[in-house]
Amino acid sequence: MSEKVLMKGNEAFAEAVIRGGVRFYFGYPITPQSEIPEFMSRELPKRGGRFLQAESELGAINMAYGCGAAGGNGFISSSSPGIALMQEGMSFLCGAEVPVTLLNVSRGGPGIGSIQPGQADYNQVTRGGGNGDYRIPVFAPASIQEAVDILYEAPGIADKYRNPVMVLADGLMGQMMEPVVLPEPKHAYTSAEIATAKPWAISGSEKGERSVVKSLRLQPEVLEAHVEHLYEKYAEMEKELERVECVDLEDAEVVFVAFGTMARLAREAMELLEAQGIKAGMIRPISLWPYPYKAFDQISDKTRAVISVELSMGQMLQDINLGVKGRVPVKLIHRVGGMLPTSLEVVEKTKKILEEVR
Amino acid sequence: MKPVFTVTKGMLPVSTSYCPGCTHGVAHRIIMETLDEMGLLGKTIGVAPIGCSVVAHQFMNVDMCEAAHGRAPAVASGIRRVHPERVVFTYQGDGDLASIGMGEIVHAAARGEKFSTFFINNGIYGMTGGQMAPTTLIGQRSTTSVDGRTREQAGMPLRICELLATLDGPAYIERVSLDTPAHIRAAKKAVRKAFEYQLAGKGFTFVELLSTCPTNWGLTPYEAMKRMGSEVAAYYPLGVYKDTGKEAE
Repeated sequence: MSEKVLMKGNEAFAEAVIRGGVRFYFGYPITPQSEIPEFMSRELPKRGGRFLQAESELGAINMAYGCGAAGGNGFISSSSPGIALMQEGMSFLCGAEVPVTLLNVSRGGPGIGSIQPGQADYNQVTRGGGNGDYRIPVFAPASIQEAVDILYEAPGIADKYRNPVMVLADGLMGQMMEPVVLPEPKHAYTSAEIATAKPWAISGSEKGERSVVKSLRLQPEVLEAHVEHLYEKYAEMEKELERVECVDLEDAEVVFVAFGTMARLAREAMELLEAQGIKAGMIRPISLWPYPYKAFDQISDKTRAVISVELSMGQMLQDINLGVKGRVPVKLIHRVGGMLPTSLEVVEKTKKILEEVR
Repeated sequence: MKPVFTVTKGMLPVSTSYCPGCTHGVAHRIIMETLDEMGLLGKTIGVAPIGCSVVAHQFMNVDMCEAAHGRAPAVASGIRRVHPERVVFTYQGDGDLASIGMGEIVHAAARGEKFSTFFINNGIYGMTGGQMAPTTLIGQRSTTSVDGRTREQAGMPLRICELLATLDGPAYIERVSLDTPAHIRAAKKAVRKAFEYQLAGKGFTFVELLSTCPTNWGLTPYEAMKRMGSEVAAYYPLGVYKDTGKEAE
């Protein structure tokens, strides 16, 4: 039964994946997402699932690999440096076509950085830090409700493509509370159902042909064919998983591009600018890969600047430029280190940029 | 006519890719024969991580997956959560288990994970061409210790059975050797015991199989067997290091 409740982000994320069919969680404590392993350790055993605290993030991603290879719907959450440690595993999961749902509640970097919110994992999650040709769909929700809806859907997407799926929520989203409508729980496969539902999985069940899950392909022509196969899948994902919200693009003098919590801040700045007679619009990528390049075609002739509002040194600019294709100047308003701009700061900087490009 | 020998269904009818004289073939066979004899072939999931035996899935006739270097115990822990009623094992070399995968094996053992680990200790990195492993003996030559390993430069070799036996999680730990027919028969008994304990839900079981790598030791298969039975077994004594079943009796 759907119900509306007030929940802290991290706990809502965890509840959403359980309702989405996840029954296995593997995690390692790291701020600002530690409420998730805490929640899972309490809740999963009650819902017929299993919780396992890993010895490290390397352990966690490889437990998730084993779980997914065995046909289980697994979930792992971490934050920036922990996600960095999992990159080898993500490459393996993609190569071996093993599904898992991942959540990065991101913080400041590089290195240990800070525990305050950050978006400087953009390149890490969209370009990947693991070896080889692979892709992972990444969704960046801007509200707890949107995060819940995406996380509820994510295990199904991971299963459909036999690939990891990632949700990127910055630390602010993990820590804030919002009212959310929780969706109806989905059926989760029992270990007995796996052999039929996922015949490719290593379930140790006499089902005729045995299963092998692997990424090693020593013969060059065989590996080439496999990578080509993966990219056919990624092409399908590009068609089906692209998500974007476009706001007031027609007549906009300035267009913000922002994701996650920065999109909420940009929205406020739009209203403040409107009150001062400056029309602003926004492109809000919800999927960071596949990136909604085509949305930038909607930018009108009246737009004089496209501004990325980011909690990084401009990691999204490369994708924005690929979308804008040089038609309009592309600028950046950013804070890093866990600092957040205020909407007024965004307004002032936007006015300055508009003067520059006039 | 009564057949006196049949090849186990546990091994696929293909040639292995291992070097002449390498004991991987023997280790594979005794594990798979045991599963066959116990009627577990269709109920077993194996994990073979990076190393020469990463290709074990081409020879072992059970559901299998590969794992990243050192991570098989974590992968098996994940599999075990999904299929608590199956038999699960990892098959790991010494570079994999005793070096890069030390964290995973120690924690899986400490948790008392209900799977069996077969640890192939040949004292060298075989797949990458004979580099020093954490188990390489003092004085042993490798491509990263060409004049022989020294204590000053590389420290002392690790004894994994002894190390894991300090933990309360494991149910059974034994070191066996594949150098003589008698030792191979004993090794097969140890493999069987590991699976029996796993089926009984007793906890983590670990069998170290001293193995040869004639290619990278620079010895003939016969010389390699001799070395394993003398020099290697002297540093890595055979025996049972933990047996909670025995303790309970």
